[in-house]
Amino acid sequence: MSVLIYIDTADGHVKKSSLEAISYGAAVAAQLGTTAEGFVAGPVSEDLAALGQYGVTAIHHADDAALAHFDAKMFAKLVADAAGSTGATVVVLSNNVNGKALSPRLSARLKAGLIARAVARPDTSNGFVVRRNGCSGKAYADIKVNSDIKIIALNPNAYAVKTGGAAAAVTKMAVSPGAPSVKVTNTSKASGDVVLTEAEIVVSAGRGMKGPENWGIVEDLAKALHAATACSRPVADAHWRPHNEHVGQTGFAIAPNLYIAIGISGAIQHLAGVNRSKVIVVINKDPEAPFFKAADYGIVGDAFEVVPQMTAAIKKLKGTA
Amino acid sequence: MKILVCISKTPDTTAKIAFTDNNTKFDANGVQWIINPYDEWYALVRAIELKEADASTVIHLITVGAADTEPIIRKALAGGDEAIRVNLDSQDSFQVASQIAAIAKEGGYDLVLAGKETIDYNGASIGGMVAELLDQPFISLATKLDIAGTTATVNREIEGGEETCEASLPLVISCQKGMSEARIPNMRGIMAARTKPLKVVDPVAADALTSVAGFGLPPAKAGVKLVAPDNVDELVRLLHEEAKAF
Ligand SMILES: Cc1cc2nc3c(=O)[nH]c(=O)nc-3n(C[C@H](O)[C@H](O)[C@H](O)COP(=O)(O)OP(=O)(O)OC[C@H]3O[C@@H](n4cnc5c(N)ncnc54)[C@H](O)[C@@H]3O)c2cc1C
Ligand SMILES: Nc1ncnc2c1ncn2[C@@H]1O[C@H](COP(=O)(O)O)[C@@H](O)[C@H]1O
Repeated sequence: MSVLIYIDTADGHVKKSSLEAISYGAAVAAQLGTTAEGFVAGPVSEDLAALGQYGVTAIHHADDAALAHFDAKMFAKLVADAAGSTGATVVVLSNNVNGKALSPRLSARLKAGLIARAVARPDTSNGFVVRRNGCSGKAYADIKVNSDIKIIALNPNAYAVKTGGAAAAVTKMAVSPGAPSVKVTNTSKASGDVVLTEAEIVVSAGRGMKGPENWGIVEDLAKALHAATACSRPVADAHWRPHNEHVGQTGFAIAPNLYIAIGISGAIQHLAGVNRSKVIVVINKDPEAPFFKAADYGIVGDAFEVVPQMTAAIKKLKGTA
Repeated sequence: MKILVCISKTPDTTAKIAFTDNNTKFDANGVQWIINPYDEWYALVRAIELKEADASTVIHLITVGAADTEPIIRKALAGGDEAIRVNLDSQDSFQVASQIAAIAKEGGYDLVLAGKETIDYNGASIGGMVAELLDQPFISLATKLDIAGTTATVNREIEGGEETCEASLPLVISCQKGMSEARIPNMRGIMAARTKPLKVVDPVAADALTSVAGFGLPPAKAGVKLVAPDNVDELVRLLHEEAKAF
């Protein structure tokens, strides 16, 4: 019996969402009185033993150049095999983009019940029940897993990273992955150094900005907070901002610690993608804007005046003015 | 080319969310059901576009559900040639995926298209499960799909960007925004849908791996704390000290 954590990487680096999965998996292992072990596929440029600080005691590394690109079919087989060889009864992974492709395949392969979008630790007082969210964050469900092996896909930003563990024992796993089922021919990343779906702070703006030429104050605020930028759908549809910034029901769903909405009315379809944010700040000149109902803090005022003042105040506080 | 499009029904986005039976069932009272937007706007419309480019393409639709899903699949049929309803009031995603995989295997489809996720359940699970059960490649969260011969070229979402990849048919793809041009089914299509074949088949045996112990609503927000527009420093202080948001 053990808890196996699939550790997802990009360009040889462990994703932050996977550090959350490790911390969560370690807590689940402690709860079940067992150990947490990690599985990594493909070349990695960082020290895997150091992942022990998040609570894993061992890391199994399938260090094969053929695994440099994620391939759901190939990776599902490898993780399932690793689950078998480590005797895992619980498999934990982040419900990030790769997790969404991998977890259902693993579930079908191992005939193991899947809790996608998990947001809490298991409750084992009556079987094995894990809370997940659904309805775009408007409801939650407690899901009971009836199979011997359980798969938990943890929502990004739902569990805080914890440190304090000792170095992990890293062992190389010999694998013969064969040819990938999907060949990656090109990768394009948006400019800007903070990835929207992984960001802890997101500064988002809507049609209230009047035009793309006014986005400088939004970007300045984002920079001061080391935040990612986002936008409402009409803004992306009008090509004021790139489509990969569009959040909401038809765009990205995000759950940062802080979401600052500037000149966005707060339509239900917009809220569907952002209402899991921990703290929501709304800046809107209309006191009746529906977004204020979903907000924690707000200023009824003109974005063109308020936003630069916010940037200045933050810089002053951080001592970077 | 034979395409199977997975169609699910979901409550309209503006539907009120409530539960009955001691919080174990979704309260469907007064709820307006729609075709899951990802299934309709992206998976189905892209299939229609592929058929427009190559008239020999056949589009079949599948839904797993009880008789009450029939109006939804009938509506979607405006864009397909034939529909299959597996008569099962399913308990979990694995049961649904097992039904779709059984139909897909029997029908020998080149492409199975699912939506990115159902907007009520948000599992994003069915496509991957079907692919595994069929032992086929799976490309998730696709934003673009082109077919040339037996090769699919697909763009898919990755954190902070996109990846272009290639795979051989047959395969399973989950679809999202970007896939297709926006369109509304025309009235002729809707009329024709009434007379197109809709087969009802019995489910294959598949155990549910999970069950719902209960539903709930997240605690309501305490209410917004408003700060005066000439006191921006106070907002920043609250965010830093009270909310510990940065
Ligand atoms: C099926 C469907 C799916 C959709 N999906 C999405 C989605 O994924 N994401 C999304 O965002 N939308 C989505 N929408 C659109 C959504 O319904 C809204 O139309 C949209 O979110 C509005 O964008 P907005 O708030 O930027 O613009 P508006 O509604 O025009 O609001 C602009 C706001 O700016 C304020 N403002 C104006 N000037 C200033 C100023 N100087 N200072 C401060 N405030 C100012 C105004 O008071 C107003 O509240 C969807 C709609 C449908 C029907
Ligand atoms: N009952 C169902 N019948 C047919 N297809 C379904 C059903 N449920 C989900 N799907 C398909 O699977 C996708 C993902 O659903 P989910 O895993 O529930 O988020 C949906 O967008 C549909 O294309």
